[in-house]
This record gives sequence, structure tokens and C-alpha cells, in this order.
Amino acid sequence: MIMAGSVIVIGAGSAGMEVSGVLARSGVSVTLIEKTANTGGHVKNWHHLFPDHRDGADVVSYMGVRAGHKLVNILTGTEIRELSRKGGKFHATTEGGSELTGDAVVVATGFDLFDCSRKEEYGYGIYDNVHTSAELEEMFRAGRLTTASGKEPEKIGFVHCVGSRDEKVGNLYCSKLCCVTAVKQAIEVRKKLPRSKVFCFYMDMRMGGASYEELYREAQEEWGISFIRGKVSEAGEMIDHRIQVKVEDTLVGRPLKLELDMLFLMAGMEMSEAGARISRIAGLKTGENRFLLASDNHYGSNRGNVEGIFYAGSCTAPMNITETISHARAAATEVIDYLNGINLK
Amino acid sequence: MKPEGKKRIWSDYQKEMADDKFFYVRSCIRQSFFPGSEQFFLNLMRNILGKDVYENPAHTTCTGIGYHSDIVLPATIMTVIARHFALMKEAGYKNIVISCVTSFGLYTEILETWKHFPGELEKTREYLWKATGREFDIPETVAHTSDIVYKFRDPIAEKAKVSLVDSNSGKPLNVVEHIGCHYAKMFPKSGIGGAEFPRVLSGMIEAWGGNVVDYPERRHCCGFGFRQYLVQANRGYSVSNTEKKFSSMKPYKPDFVLTNCPGCNMFMDKWQYTIKELEGISYGENGESIPILTYEELAGLVLGMNPWDLGLQYHMVQPEPLLRKLGIDFDPADKFRTKDGRQMPVPENLINA
Repeated sequence: MIMAGSVIVIGAGSAGMEVSGVLARSGVSVTLIEKTANTGGHVKNWHHLFPDHRDGADVVSYMGVRAGHKLVNILTGTEIRELSRKGGKFHATTEGGSELTGDAVVVATGFDLFDCSRKEEYGYGIYDNVHTSAELEEMFRAGRLTTASGKEPEKIGFVHCVGSRDEKVGNLYCSKLCCVTAVKQAIEVRKKLPRSKVFCFYMDMRMGGASYEELYREAQEEWGISFIRGKVSEAGEMIDHRIQVKVEDTLVGRPLKLELDMLFLMAGMEMSEAGARISRIAGLKTGENRFLLASDNHYGSNRGNVEGIFYAGSCTAPMNITETISHARAAATEVIDYLNGINLK
Repeated sequence: MKPEGKKRIWSDYQKEMADDKFFYVRSCIRQSFFPGSEQFFLNLMRNILGKDVYENPAHTTCTGIGYHSDIVLPATIMTVIARHFALMKEAGYKNIVISCVTSFGLYTEILETWKHFPGELEKTREYLWKATGREFDIPETVAHTSDIVYKFRDPIAEKAKVSLVDSNSGKPLNVVEHIGCHYAKMFPKSGIGGAEFPRVLSGMIEAWGGNVVDYPERRHCCGFGFRQYLVQANRGYSVSNTEKKFSSMKPYKPDFVLTNCPGCNMFMDKWQYTIKELEGISYGENGESIPILTYEELAGLVLGMNPWDLGLQYHMVQPEPLLRKLGIDFDPADKFRTKDGRQMPVPENLINA
């Protein structure tokens, strides 16, 4: 059915772009708001994607095509200051003072990467050779994987669950993607640096997605990556700027001390600041994990506590790109039903 | 190493400290092992900085060593500490300053326990009343003495007669700072700078002209660890921990180590002698060992005090090489002489002497 109506979509990452495209092709006018200067969300910063190492640019380009419709008006560098509902319409005021209206709103504010400097024991932001998983992607993209002094690293460590499953930082949940990201990145490091030795320090390997377990096996069998079951307790910088890590290998029950050239922290996913702001402005309920709270765990993941406001993507929980795009499409069908006056709650 | 990263962390660990009117509680062991430190703290606060510091001779041990050895029950130690608070209340003070890191950890732990389990606080009030007829208030501020010296590090620097600089080369001295585990590792918010990159001693070192050495095992235990030492069979474990620390700091050529904990100071000092005897290993330059100073002793040196009045001769590792490096004049003949001129027995086998 081709229909009229207008929707405000907040966030132009993979979820926001996908939901905008689907709605536009159904005849709905979309105002897609993005607080940063560019669309594409986190994906545009990722060089290669798991599980097949495809170029992240492919997905960015796909999203551009999907959202590139005459009914989608993209406003970058724009943030919402106020959001209210009057007379059946949503009214949004941007930080710049512009007024926008819509029959419905889709929140697609995604996630923020955990700020790894909060795990002070790893020395991120202090030690020269400690970096995040996102920074490693930048290094891959730049084609330059060297230590701070410009040397080719020989021993490299990956710390899983940085900011996830961690009561101390207030994040009890699993971010789901860090394990497979570490496996993917560890393989890429071994491909680029065949002489390197790579160690992954994990609590549990949670390889629940399609082809994840196969990738994990490949990492061990083909690339000789060592997976050590234990949480790194601390990292210290040595006089030559290498990183000394202490970890317990819980499978053999012994403490280990390793000297690494580089250490990469697998940053978890947190509710984005932008999402938290929208939740405050619009009175949207959040869960204990601070992500937006779904109206029902099984069939209401695109809806919350305010009628007419829908959720798409990882503003509700950590998701990979595949899940995000599927969730965004589901959000679009929910919006279309809502605009048609169909309420199947 | 990126110093701006540390500064960002430090900004998260600010601590409210009083400016004046302190109730002072001493350590059990510091008066024996570093007798100049507590004496100089009082001298510094009262006579140099002009602060009101009160101590009550009826103050006792906190029983911390007994507590950590499982021979003193929590209810007992809570009551003992409540009695100190009662002495403070009776004297009209509200800001407690604690000389010992073990005690500081216990005061902090008990106050935190009372916050979460108010029933324990009420029971403690009852026990203290029944035992002594005293009442107490929760202190308004709780500080370790190193917190207070850190707070006044800049006024001390303004009055400094000695800078932490090699008088021959003009370069800043390399200083290792070691923080007692019970200062900030149990409750990072209670210590200046938090647990991972503590600021309390590094702030003093930098304010007084030195260069802080950051080495991989800087967070590692000094080797004391209570049971590692108190249980005789575990003492090899105690020494091995100390050895691990010194081996890690040795490549950085530290001129001295600054500590804020009585146990750390004692074990890092005395185990150097033991390791030298056992293995023939020294960790300083030219076969020397590394002097271990308290922050009060360091403040005293910076302010131009006589090193023998500060009690530096009572350490196992003697300070002479460091004093020469700092360009401090001293009279070797006065080292073991009493104030009225009597010669004391001279200890054997001192290191760096």
C-alpha cells in the first residue's frame, strides 16, 4: 500500500538509514536527523567486517543507496532539543531552533563504544601501545600497524569484555560482538604480520552468530592464535614501552605474565549519550542496562512506553549489523501499521 | 607514557580534606621503625604550617594487625575505633587524620560498613556505651597523613631549602612512589588519584622537583601483606614479592623510594638487606641499595631539617649517598649521638653506610 504520512528518524547509522529507506519506499516522508557531520554510524569506521572480512565500505555504500530516496530529507549536524506530542503530531525542536513535525518518531540512536579509559588498570590513554578495537580498525584502514615508536609488533594481545559483563563499571550485560570482533581482528593481524604471535584473553567465547564458531576454529587451526581463558588483571608500561600484562590462565590454574608489543581492548557497547538524551526528553523508559526498554521482550522490541515512538537497532540492546538491519525493517512495518491506524499490541 | 591521561584520571579522584583542626591518631609500628616521621609531622603542622593538631595520649592501637590476623573480631575493632571517635568528640574535633595506612584502611572500611549496615553502627554505639560510657560522632573528614602533606605540598615547596635534584648534574632525581594497598586499593575514592595511578605521593615528588618513575610492578604489594609475613612459613613469599618489585624498578635507576605505609616502608627497606645477604643482589647503582623514605622524612629533608633529627639513620638502607646527591650537609659523627651528646651503640651491617 502506498501511503502518506511523515516520520522523524533520529540517528543515521545503519538502523536509521534502513528504516528511512523502507518507509520512503512506502510513500512516507522521512526527516532523518544525524548529530554528526556524516551518515553511516559506526560501520563507516570499520575496515573489515566479521564473519567474512568484507569491506565495511560495502555496507556503507548499501546504506547510502537504501536511504537515497527523494522522500528522505537528511539533516546532518543536527540534534533534537525538545520533543513533544500535540494534537496527534510529534513536534521536535532542533538545537539550531528549527521546528520539525511528524506523525511518528523512530529512535535509532545506536550505541557508544565503552570509554576504555574507565578501566584504569589497562592504561588506555596513558600507555603508548594500548589501543581500542576501533583504533585497530583505523590502523587497518591506514595500512599501518606499528608500535608508537614505528616498529613492527611481534607479540600482540587482545583483551575481551572491556566494559562488558563487568559489575565494576555498571555493565552486567554481554556486548555480544566483542568476541567475534577479537577473533576477526586477530586473524587480520596474523595475515598482515605473519611473524607475529597473537594472544586473546577471554572470559567465555560467545560465538553465537552465523559462521562465528567456524571463524574461531579457523583462528586457532589456521592462524595459531592463542586463546587464554582469563581476565587481564593489570597492564604496566615497561622501560622500552612494551606492555606487561598479568593474567590468570584459568584452564591450567596458573598466573601468567606476558610482555607484549601492543595491547588492544575490545570495547563494549553502551547506550549512546544521544539515546539517553532522547529518553530523557521524550520520557522513554530504559532498562537496567540503560538501553531503551522494549514494551515486550518477545514481540515488542520496536516499541517502548510512548505511543508513536518506535525503536530501531542497537538503542535497545547490543546488535550486529545483520540484526540491526532486520530490526530496522521490523520497525518500519510497525510504523506503517501505526500510520494506518492498525494497533496489534 | 601520556601524562595528560593520568591527569584525566586524577580529576575523578578528588577528596575533601579539612584545612585545619585535626585530631591525630598514631601508628603502632611507625614510632618504633621510623621514629622521626610522626614527630616531624607534628612539627611541620604545628610549627611550620601553623595548624591545630591535637592528639590524645589515651588513644590506642586500632588493633588492625590483630584484625588482619583473624584474632580480633569485627565487633571489637569497630568498638575500638568508635572509642577514638569518642575521644575526638570529647576534644571538640571533627577531622581525623590517621598516620597508618592499615588503620586508614580500617577506618574507611568501618565507616563504609556503617553506611551500608546502620544496624552495625547502632550495635557499636551500644557496645562502646556499655564498655566505657562514651558516645561518638562520625567524623566530618577522614584523611591519611600523606593526604594532608599532599594538600600542603605547595606551601612546603615555597619554604623548601632543598630540591629533589642531583646537585652534580642538575637533573631531577628519579623517584619511585609506592602506595600502601590499604590506602586506595580497597576504596579508590578514598585515596587521592585512585588505585591505579595514585597521585598522593607523585604530587609531592613533582611539587618538590623530582621525576616520578612509573615501572611495570608499581602496583605490586611491597611484600608485607600481613599473612605473607606474620605466618613464619610464608616469609619466603614475602621476600619474593619484594624482589619482584625491585627487579622491575631497577632498570629505571631510582634514587629513592617514597612510601606512605609503615609496612611498605619497613619491608622494602629491610628485605633489601635480606636479599643482599641471600643472593648478593643490590638494586641501586654502584652496588648500593635504594633508600626508602617516608613522606614526612622527605618533607623534612626538603625543608632543610637535619637528617639525623628525622631519624633516617634508623633505616636499614642508609641515606648518605642520597644526601650527597641532594647536596645536603650532614655530620657523620652526630648520626648515633643523643641530643645531650651521648654516643649510642652503632648498628652493624647497615647498607649504604
